[in-house]
Amino acid sequence: MTDAHTAGPFVAAIDQGTTSSRCIVFDRDGRIVSVDQKEHEQIFPKPGWVEHNATEIWTNVEEVVAGAIAKAGITRDDIKAIGITNQRETTLLWDKNTGEPVHNAIVWQDTRTDALCKELGRNVGQDRFRRETGLPLASYFAGPKARWLLDNVEGLRERAEAGDILFGTMDSWVIWNLTGGVNGGRHVTDVTNASRTMLMNLHTMEWDERIAESIGVPMQILPEIRSSAEVYGEVTGGKLGDILGGIPVASALGDQQAALFGQTCFEEGEAKSTYGTGTFMLMNTGEKAINSYSGLLTTVGYQIGDKKPVYALEGSIAVTGSLVQWMRDQMGLINSAAEIETLASSVEDNGGAYFVPAFSGLFAPYWRSDARGVIAGLTRYVTKAHIARAVLEATAWQTREITDAMTKDSGVELAALKVDGGMTSNNLLMQTLSDFLDAPVVRPMVAETTCLGAAYAAGLAVGFWSSTDDLRANWRRAAEWTPRMDADTRAREYKNWLKAVERTMGWLEDES
Amino acid sequence: MARNIQSLERAAAMLRLLAGGERRLGLSDIASALGLAKGTAHGILRTLQQEGFVEQDAASGRYQLGAELLRLGNSYLDVHELRARALVWTDDLARSSGESVYLGVLHQQGVLIVHHVFRPDDSRQVLEVGAMQPLHSSALGKVLAAYDPVAHSEALECERESFTAHTVTAPEAFEEILDLTRARGYAADTEETWEGIASVAAPIHDRRRMPVGAVGITGAVERVCPSGEMRPELIAAVRDCARAVSRDLGASRF
Repeated sequence: MTDAHTAGPFVAAIDQGTTSSRCIVFDRDGRIVSVDQKEHEQIFPKPGWVEHNATEIWTNVEEVVAGAIAKAGITRDDIKAIGITNQRETTLLWDKNTGEPVHNAIVWQDTRTDALCKELGRNVGQDRFRRETGLPLASYFAGPKARWLLDNVEGLRERAEAGDILFGTMDSWVIWNLTGGVNGGRHVTDVTNASRTMLMNLHTMEWDERIAESIGVPMQILPEIRSSAEVYGEVTGGKLGDILGGIPVASALGDQQAALFGQTCFEEGEAKSTYGTGTFMLMNTGEKAINSYSGLLTTVGYQIGDKKPVYALEGSIAVTGSLVQWMRDQMGLINSAAEIETLASSVEDNGGAYFVPAFSGLFAPYWRSDARGVIAGLTRYVTKAHIARAVLEATAWQTREITDAMTKDSGVELAALKVDGGMTSNNLLMQTLSDFLDAPVVRPMVAETTCLGAAYAAGLAVGFWSSTDDLRANWRRAAEWTPRMDADTRAREYKNWLKAVERTMGWLEDES
Repeated sequence: MARNIQSLERAAAMLRLLAGGERRLGLSDIASALGLAKGTAHGILRTLQQEGFVEQDAASGRYQLGAELLRLGNSYLDVHELRARALVWTDDLARSSGESVYLGVLHQQGVLIVHHVFRPDDSRQVLEVGAMQPLHSSALGKVLAAYDPVAHSEALECERESFTAHTVTAPEAFEEILDLTRARGYAADTEETWEGIASVAAPIHDRRRMPVGAVGITGAVERVCPSGEMRPELIAAVRDCARAVSRDLGASRF
C-alpha cells in the first residue's frame, strides 16, 4: 500500500543541519519515500567556540543524497528537482580556484564574535543595524563571523580583496558544490539566509554596502542574492553528477523558514513553532517587514521566484527540550524524556511551583543576560511531580510570551499555532500550550516539515506543484488540541509565571 | 571474599559512560575513556547490544543506551515512551490508509487509547487520547486479549456487553476469535463495537516478545470492509506499522 501511494515523480530535499546532513525524497502528496542521514563532527577548539569541517559536510551531503536515491530505488528521471534547507548563520569562506575551505565553518552557536559585536555597536549599541537588517548585533549572525575569519586567517583579507575568496552560509556552499564547484559552480544564496548575515537590507533585498563596510566584509566575496524558489543551476560533475546530473537545484531556505513553508503558513498571521532542544517560532507578517519593539527578530520568511518577498517575525526560546534533558541527566528525576509526561500527569497541577529556566539569561522578549534560572513558589507540599509539571508549563508560558510579543508588534491575533518537532509527542505539553495560549494547537501529519518546506519550494520552482494552494491541499492535520482552561485560571497562572520571571532578573551583579 | 568479575565491572562502567552527558559515543571513544583495547570494548558492547541494554545507531555506528534499560527501571513500558516511538509510523499509517489510527494499551478492564492520529481529510475530529475501548469487541482489545495473558483473563472475567447485533459475547466463541487472531497476527472488528464502524489492529511487541500494546485503524465499514471483506492492503499496512514500532522498541525482525 505504501508503494502504491508513492509512485513518481519525486522531489528531493537536502537538510544540512547543525548535527547531521539528511536527504529526504518526497512524492507529490508530500509523503516521505526515503530518508538518509549522516552526522558530522562537532569541533570545540575553545570554550564557546563551535566549528564544522565543511569538506566533511559536503562529502556527507553527497553520500546522503546518493543514499536516499538508492533507498527509494529510483533514478534521475524520477527526480524533478532538488531543494536545500540548512542550519542558519553558520559561516564559511573558501577559495574559488581550489574549492578548499580556508578555515572550518564557524557555527551559529559560536560566541567568539561577542566582543567584536559589542565593538561594532560603537556608541549606538546592539541595535545599530536593526532598522536595515531587522537584527540586533549578536554573535549568531554571519557577517561578524566572516569579519573574524578575515582578521584571523593569515593573508585572507588580501586574497579576498584579490577576488579569490567566496563567502557563504551552508546553502551557498552546498549549491556551489552541487552545481559544479570550481568548474562554474553558482555562487548564490537565498533571501532567507541572506537575512541572517546582518549584511542584507531587508527592504531592498540587496547587500547593504555601508553596513558591509562597517562590519569589514568586502563586497566581492558575497554571493548573489536570489529568491528561495527558483532554478539556481543544475547538478553538475562530481559524485552526484554521475547519478543526478542535470537535475535542477531549485530552492534554498534557512531551516526555520523552511519549516514555516513546510507547515504551509502562507497567510499573514499564520505561525509555526518548532519544539526541539530550543524552540523557534515564526509568524508570517505578509509583505510588511515589521520592526519589533518587543525583542523579536524581523526576518524574511520566503520569496517565491519573482513574487514579492514575505516577511516574518521570529522569537526563539533557548531552553525547552533541553530542560527536560536537564531533568533527566542532571537531576535524575526521570529516565527518559518521554517520562516527564508520566511524572507530570501524576498530579493535577503545579502545586504552586514555577520553573523559569533562564540558564543563560532571559531571551525574547526580555533579553536580560543578568538573569539566571529560578524555581519559585516552593512549599513542603511540592513534589517532583509538581516540578515536572512546572517544567512543561515553562515551555508553554514562554511560547505565550513570544505570541504576546508578536501580537503586540504585528497587531495580528494568533488564530491557531502549528507545531512540529520532537516535543509534539508530549500530549500534556500540547494540551497545556493550547490552554495557556487560549488557541487551538495543531500538529501536521508529516513531522519533517523542514525538509518538506525545501522540497515544496523546489517543486514550485519547476512546476511540480503549481501553486501554494496545491501545497495547502497536501497539508494534513494529525492532531489538534483545543483550550480547556477557564479564563480566570489562565490569568491567575500567567500572573504567577510573570512574578517568577521577575525573580530571575538581576541575579548576576556585574552585568547590566 | 570472592573476586569481582572484571567483564561485569567493565560493562557497568560502559553503561555509566553512555548514561552521562554525551548520549552517543563511538567505539574508540568508549574504549579510550575506559582504557580498554578496542577488541575488548567491542566484545562487551556486542553482548550488551544483544541484551538490549545498548543500541547502535545504524547511520553513525555510535552507541547509546537501549530501550531494555527502561523496562528494567520501570518494569513496564512507559506509555509516553511508546507514543514517542510510534509517532512517525502511526502518522504514515494514517496517511497511507486514509483512516484514523489508534494506539492502545491494557488498562484495568479495557483498552486505554494513548495515541490517536486524525483521519487525513479536512473533517473536524476530536482527539481521543485517554478514552477507553472494550477488550472483548474492539480490534485493539482483541489483539491485547489474544497476546497478553493478563488482558486475556480480564476479558474472560469481565461482563462482555453486547453493543450491536454482531458483538460476540459467548466465552467459547470469543476464545475462537482469539485463536484466529493469534493465527493471523491481527484482529478485526466489523460493527461489533459501533454500528457502521470497522477496525483492524495488530500487536506491538518489545524485544522480549512481550505484547506492550496494539495499533490499528478505524473507519466507516463501507471503506474499510467493502463487500464484507477487510481490505487486504489495510491489514498489511497495519501489520507493517506494528512491526516498525516493535522494531523501534528493540524487537527482532519477524
